Amino acid sequence: MPLIAMRVNGEEVEREAPDHTLLAFFLREQLGMTGTHVGCDTSQCGCCVVRIDGESVKSCTTLAVQAQGRSVTTIEGLAEGEALHPIQKAFRRMHALQCGYCTPGMMMSAVDLIERHGKPLTPDEVREGMEGNLCRCTGYHNIVKAIVVASEEMYAGGLKAETP
Amino acid sequence: MTPATYLRPGSVDEAAKLHDDFAEAKYLSGGHTLLPSMKQGLARPSHLIDLAAIQGLRGISVDAKSNALHIGAATRHVEVASSADVQRLLPALAGLAGSIGDRQVRNRGTIGGSVANDDPAADYPAGVLGLGATVVTNRREIAADDYFVGLFETALVPGEVIVQVRFPVPLAAGYAKFRSAASRYSIVGVFVVRTAQGVRVAVTGAGEAGVFRAPELEAALDKQFSADALADLRIDPSSLLSDLNATPAYRADLIMVMARRAVTNMGRTSTFK
Repeated sequence: MPLIAMRVNGEEVEREAPDHTLLAFFLREQLGMTGTHVGCDTSQCGCCVVRIDGESVKSCTTLAVQAQGRSVTTIEGLAEGEALHPIQKAFRRMHALQCGYCTPGMMMSAVDLIERHGKPLTPDEVREGMEGNLCRCTGYHNIVKAIVVASEEMYAGGLKAETP
Repeated sequence: MTPATYLRPGSVDEAAKLHDDFAEAKYLSGGHTLLPSMKQGLARPSHLIDLAAIQGLRGISVDAKSNALHIGAATRHVEVASSADVQRLLPALAGLAGSIGDRQVRNRGTIGGSVANDDPAADYPAGVLGLGATVVTNRREIAADDYFVGLFETALVPGEVIVQVRFPVPLAAGYAKFRSAASRYSIVGVFVVRTAQGVRVAVTGAGEAGVFRAPELEAALDKQFSADALADLRIDPSSLLSDLNATPAYRADLIMVMARRAVTNMGRTSTFK
């Protein structure tokens, strides 16, 4: 079986896996990192979004070998130890999730969107930029609010003091 | 997913050689049609020959002599959408690329993959046919008017690889699309182009045989380039697609609406849903 090697959340990993292994399943089954979810498995819903060399992609529609030698960031790579990433704090504060299934993909898409935008986002920009991520619980309003807040706070240089 | 062996050739020649070696091999580009097709069992290639990794296939250049944009087949939608050259010379095409799927799809999908696959609801076929582009392969150059043959069917022969798509820069171009909010594919997309030789109109998403030109719209716009010139025209719905998104009659109506909106919004892509 071929050896697939990449950097995941800053660590070099190497596993044997068949060529047709999708990146989502390489992460979940070979690496045991089950934060990346598979929802629709047809590249519509965005639950499986991870970043490859900083670009958000749908890992259910990317072969693990296509990430060979590249740097992958998953939801597990967002927080630094116990310190949550600003997007995670914002989702918690704004009640931007209910069942939580779409949340990892939402956050990975949102961080990519915020970092690429270069300045805080408006609600309309969030709605357009997040169109590759579906949520079946929230009705999106709180997700949009959370991403706007996270974008403002990331560009202001970190979240303000929060009350859990 | 059906099992397949992944191959990463370093050149187009090597890729074509591999395709010759394995009868059931398929070329892989962005993979956003092929991989879902493999999951559904609609495609069962023995080998996947990855073209996206071939460096020479990627990139955008301006050919000043022929006043054309040359886009490498493995260039991703995100790169076409954000290219300063495409935005300056062909803003409707940059907008078209930026309107495909969603950000994650645009980060993987390529122009060559879209044009080779020729999905009847894909956006690029409208741009390629409307602009009268040339599809350059490892064997020959194919004019867009000869390239699109039918549903998922092109003039490409087995093993032939698209290397580049060459777009002549027109006087002006506009694209208007009405898309499915769920799948984000175009239900109807109309690409309108003004050239020194006349107007070209290409329609995607609607035809039973894939993308097509609309000669009656072209003739009307040649006489008078305005939305009013299209007011009394109707499209015959008999050869239009019927699916859960739209009936043929609704598509026929949408074609006229999108054509008028393209004409009144030249120089950009306008998306409606």
